[in-house]
Amino acid sequence: MLRLIAGRAGGLVARRATVALTTGSSARMASHGHDGAAVPPEVAETMDMSRPMYWDRLDIPLPEKLYKDELTDADKSLKQKEKGPWSQLTNEEKIALYRLMFRQTYPEMKQPRSEWKTVLGGIFIFVGFTGLVVWWQRVYVYPPRPRTFDDEWRAKQLQRMLDMRVNPIEGLSAKWDYEKGQWK
Amino acid sequence: MHLPKPVMRGLLGKRLRFHLPVAFTLSLVAAIAFKYAVTEPRKQAYADFYKQYDAVKEFNAMKEAGVFESVRPSGE
Repeated sequence: MLRLIAGRAGGLVARRATVALTTGSSARMASHGHDGAAVPPEVAETMDMSRPMYWDRLDIPLPEKLYKDELTDADKSLKQKEKGPWSQLTNEEKIALYRLMFRQTYPEMKQPRSEWKTVLGGIFIFVGFTGLVVWWQRVYVYPPRPRTFDDEWRAKQLQRMLDMRVNPIEGLSAKWDYEKGQWK
Repeated sequence: MHLPKPVMRGLLGKRLRFHLPVAFTLSLVAAIAFKYAVTEPRKQAYADFYKQYDAVKEFNAMKEAGVFESVRPSGE
């Protein structure tokens, strides 16, 4: 998620100096440091993507490695205790062990975010800009209108098609009443 | 925390046992519906058209309208 916004923000900054979108996301580009969580590469030091990484994802229940790499002594003793029967662990210890292994719980991951507003806003901005480009093209680039688009020409064209009996069974001429000279 | 062990095998087979008959039935229904909604009326439309079709009359009408290059309207 952070990478998506960072990528979009980077792309936008490269093409147009829009401030509105970057100010929203810059507050969230804080680095997570060395604990191996997903970090935008242009903010922190470059990550070695060939090593196992930690990812909070709904469809990856057990990421490639534990969340916390560097265990303090208290953590290490807790891990030792984990090797014994789990009924001897208190609830706080179980939660602490969970937090060692994972950064977010599933409910935390599923929390609704406002990213869609950024995306939708970006879409509208670019569609609007494209509209301006197309308008400019209409004025400065398009050739003169072909004469086949005139109403008079089109009427003569339709009359010729009816005279030729185009699609007389199920199509155009089938819908024209030749005796009365009008549409059926 | 005694949860029952989830089903680990035969998942694809179970899905196919349900979905394949459904798929075949729906395809058959779609084909039959197309036949009786599209092809049969179309065949009837063509039959009706050609029952009352006078080729010479149509030719003369087209000739008078001036669409041919090899034979011009009788006026010219």
